[in-house]
Amino acid sequence: MKFIPNSTIKNTMLKEIGLNNVEELFLDIPKKIRIKNLNLPKGLSQQDTEQKLRRIADKNKSFYDMPSFLGGGIKPHYIPSVVKSIISRAEFYTAYTPYQSEASQGFLQAMFEYQSMIAELTGMDIANASLYDDTTALGEAALMCSRINRKKTFVIPQNISWEKKSVLKNYTEGVGVKIKEISYDDKTGKIDLEQLEENVDEDTAGVYIENPNFFGVFEDDVDKISSIVKDAGSIFVVGVDPISLGVTRSPGSYGADVVIGEGRALGNPMDFGGSTLGVFGCKKEFLRQIPGRIIGVTKDREGRRAFCMTLQTREQHIRRGRATSNICTNEGLCALSAVTFLSWLGSDGLEELGRVNFEKGQKLANAIESVDGFEKMFSGVHFNEFVIKCVNDANVVNKKLLKRGIQGGLILDRWYPGFKNCMLFGVSEMHGDAEIEQLVSGLKEASHV
Amino acid sequence: MYRSAVYEEPLINELVASKKEKSKPLDLLPGSLLRKEKINLPNIDETQVVRHFLRLSQMNYGIDTGIYPLGSCTMKYNPKLCEEIACWDSFAGVHPYQDVSTIQGSLQVMYELERMLCEITGMDCFTLQPAAGAHGEFLGMLLARAYHDSNKEDQRNEVILPDTAHGTNPASATMAGYKIIEIPSKDDGTVDLDMLEKSLSDRTACFMLTNPNTLGIFESEILEISKLVHEAGALLYYDGANINAIMGKARPGDMGFDIVHLNLHKTFSTPHGGGGPGSGPVGVKSKLEKFLPIPRIGKKKDSYLLDYDHPHSIGKIKGFYGNFSVLLKAYAYIMMMGRDGLKEASETAVLNSNYMKKKLLSSKKYDMPFKKLRKHEFVLSCEKLKKEKNIRAMDVAKRLLDYGLHPPTIYFPLIVKEALMIEPTETESKNDLDNYINALIKIADENPETVKNAPSNTPVKRVDEVGATKNPVLTWKMI
Repeated sequence: MKFIPNSTIKNTMLKEIGLNNVEELFLDIPKKIRIKNLNLPKGLSQQDTEQKLRRIADKNKSFYDMPSFLGGGIKPHYIPSVVKSIISRAEFYTAYTPYQSEASQGFLQAMFEYQSMIAELTGMDIANASLYDDTTALGEAALMCSRINRKKTFVIPQNISWEKKSVLKNYTEGVGVKIKEISYDDKTGKIDLEQLEENVDEDTAGVYIENPNFFGVFEDDVDKISSIVKDAGSIFVVGVDPISLGVTRSPGSYGADVVIGEGRALGNPMDFGGSTLGVFGCKKEFLRQIPGRIIGVTKDREGRRAFCMTLQTREQHIRRGRATSNICTNEGLCALSAVTFLSWLGSDGLEELGRVNFEKGQKLANAIESVDGFEKMFSGVHFNEFVIKCVNDANVVNKKLLKRGIQGGLILDRWYPGFKNCMLFGVSEMHGDAEIEQLVSGLKEASHV
Repeated sequence: MYRSAVYEEPLINELVASKKEKSKPLDLLPGSLLRKEKINLPNIDETQVVRHFLRLSQMNYGIDTGIYPLGSCTMKYNPKLCEEIACWDSFAGVHPYQDVSTIQGSLQVMYELERMLCEITGMDCFTLQPAAGAHGEFLGMLLARAYHDSNKEDQRNEVILPDTAHGTNPASATMAGYKIIEIPSKDDGTVDLDMLEKSLSDRTACFMLTNPNTLGIFESEILEISKLVHEAGALLYYDGANINAIMGKARPGDMGFDIVHLNLHKTFSTPHGGGGPGSGPVGVKSKLEKFLPIPRIGKKKDSYLLDYDHPHSIGKIKGFYGNFSVLLKAYAYIMMMGRDGLKEASETAVLNSNYMKKKLLSSKKYDMPFKKLRKHEFVLSCEKLKKEKNIRAMDVAKRLLDYGLHPPTIYFPLIVKEALMIEPTETESKNDLDNYINALIKIADENPETVKNAPSNTPVKRVDEVGATKNPVLTWKMI
C-alpha cells in the first residue's frame, strides 16, 4: 500500500480505455532517454520508516536535551497546545492556495485576521498574507521601494546579519538596485546617524533599519532616523522581531512606511531554521505595489460578508513577467500558527511576553558579565540578544560548555570582521533560572584556562 | 447532495473580550521606544479561540476532504506519518547554528535527500535552500547569470519560454533582471523548434521548459530542443512542477537540462498548508555546482558538515538552510515509496489522468484541443458549453463545489479557451475518478441557470472578487 488505491486494478482501467499496458502511456518519451528503474532503495513500510527516522532523530540534540543560548535571530519560544491543535486540522494544512474562495472561507478569514493583526502590531495600514522569511521580505521590500519611486539605491546598516545582506544582494542585483552600507557606532552598536545623513539623498529608493538590530541593540533614535529618511524623500523600511513589539512602539508610530520581519517566533518551532514566516506590512498608498498574496473582504451574491484573494492583477499567474513578485507558494500555515498564537495571547499576553523577553535579556547579560573575562560589547539597550566579548578563545569556551551539555552563544568572527572572540547570546521565556545558572557555572569553568 | 458546514463566524476582534489589566511600564526601555499605545488585539478565552478556528477549519476544503485535481499543483494525499515525524522535538526543537556534532541527524536527512533528488532527476548536485518552486526558479536564474558571467558572456540577458509556461517562469526571470521572449506553441501544443531556433542567439541566457508541459503533453523533441539551446551557448532550465508524470520513467538530467527545480510540496507529498510552507530544491549539472548557495551539506568520513568554503557561490537565497520541516517530510515519503513506489506513483498518475480524459471525451460534452496522449494532467475546453448554453469554465468550477468536489485549475494554460486543467494524481481511487467524471458530465446537462448560480451548498454563495479589487478592504480596521 503506497497511497495508490488503483494499484491492483490498473489492468482493468487500462482495458477500459483501450490500452494493453502502462508502457503505452509513455511511448511519447524518446527511447533514448527512457529508464527502467531508479537507483534508489526499495520502499519501507510505515513502521520501518518511523523506526529508521527515530534512529536518525537520536543523532540530534534539541533545546530540550541541551540548553542553548544561541542568538542570530532565532530562539525557542513557547508554543501553546492550542496552536498545535489548530494547525493540525487537515482542512487547513492539506488545502492549496485558496483560489476557490467559496471552498476556502475558513483559511481566507484566518489569513484576513492575520493581516489585520500584523497591521495592528506594526502600525501599518495593510499587510500581506506572508512571504518566505525576513531575508526575502527585505529583498522584496527593496524591490518595492525602487518600483515605487524609480530610484536605484537602497541603504542598509552594517548591523544586520550577513545572511540578510547576501539575500538582499541576490534579490536586487539583477534589476540594478545598488546597496549602500552605513556603519554603526562601535560603542553603542546603534547605527551612525552622521553616516546615515551623509548617505541618504534624492537618489535613495529606501532606507532599512532593524529594531532590535542583529546585535540585539535597540535603535532608539528612531524619530531622528525617520526624519532623515523623510527629508530625503526616501522610503523608510523597518525590520522587527514581533515579540519585541509587545513593549516597544510600533514602527508605524515613528514613521515607517514598510515593516518586515521574521514571524516564526509567533507559534512556530525553530525547525532547524525553517519553516519561516516573512512578515510584510506597509502603508495603504503602496497597495498595488505589494508582493505576495493579499486577502480582502467582499460580499457574496446574497450580500453576505465573504473573503477572497484580491488585487491578483499584481501577481504572476495573471501578470506573468510584469508581476510585482514571482511569489506563488508562501508560508500560509506558519501565518495560521501566528494568528492562532496571537489570538491566544491577546494584547495582554503579548505585552507580557515582550516584557519577559526583555527582562530575561537583561538578566542573562548581567549573569554573564558577572563572570570574569566576559563583557558586553555594546552599551546600547538590548532586547533578548546581545554580544559578549570573551577574553579567552570563544571557540574553546563553547567546546567546554558543550562538554557540560550546554550550547553557548553564536561565534561571530567568521562573518563579522572585528568581532574576534565575540558571541551573540540569545534568551527567551523558555530559559529558566536553572539554565542560566548552569551557563554561568559553565562559563566560570571555561574562563579558567 | 453535499453540504458544507456553515457558520456566520465573526471576525476574532468581534468576539467579546475580557477586561484588560493595566500593565506596568518597562523602566529600562528608552522612553523614545516605549510603547504607549495599547495594541489592538482582542483578549479572549482559550475556548473561544479554539471554537473560532475550528469552525473556520470546517469551512475549508483540503485533500483530506476529497479529490483536489488542480492542474499543475499535484494535490496528492499527504501521509500522516510524515506530519508526525516533523513534529518530533528532536527535529523541530533544533537551532540552525548549533554545534555541528549536535545536528548530525538533520544534516543526514538533508545530505541523503539531496542524493535521492539527484537520482530521481539525473542531476549532479542539489541545494535545498529555496522555500518554494518560484523561489527555486529565481535561484535558477541567478545561477544561469553566474555561469554566463564566469564565461565572460554577460551580454546574455534574455530568457526564452513557451506560451504554455507557468506564470512564475516569466516573473522569476524578470525579477532576476532578464528580458522575456515568449514563443507561441505549435498546432500540437508543443515547442515550435523553428521559432525556438530563430529566437536563440548569443543574448540567450536560458530556455525555460516544463516537461510534460502544462497541457500535459510530453515534449518528444526534447533532445532536439536541448541540442539547439546548447549550440547557442544557452542553458536549459527545467520547471519541475510536472515531474509527477515521469518519475522512474525518464529524467530531466538525461534530457539535457542543466538546471532543475522541484516542488517537494507537489511531487513529494508534503502538504500545501493553504499556500505554504513549500520547498523548491534546485539541481544542477556539475558545470554549475560551484555557484550553488552556501552552505552546502558535506560529509567527511562518518560526519556531516555545513560547508561554506565555496568562493564562487552566489551566496544565500534564504536565511539558514531552507524549509527543513518540509525537507524532512519529503525524505520520509521517498523512503516509504522507494524506487518502485515512485515509479508506480507516476505510472498511476498518468493512467488516472488518461482514464478521466478518455471518459470525459467520450461524453462529447467537452473538447480537448491539441495532441491526444497526455501525461499526469490534461486540459479540456468548455467552449462548446459556452457557445450552446453560455456556461463558462468558471461556472462549471463553481458548480463542482456543490457536488463536494474541488474544481480543476481554470483559465490556464492561456492557449486553451475556457480551460479546465485536470490533474487527478495517483492517490485517487477509480471510484473517486468516476464520481468526478459523472459530475462533470451531469453539470453539462444541467439547467444553465443552476450552473451559473452555483455554488449554493458552500458557506457563502458566489464571491464578488471584482468588488474586492475595486474597493480593497484588507484589514479589520479598514472595514
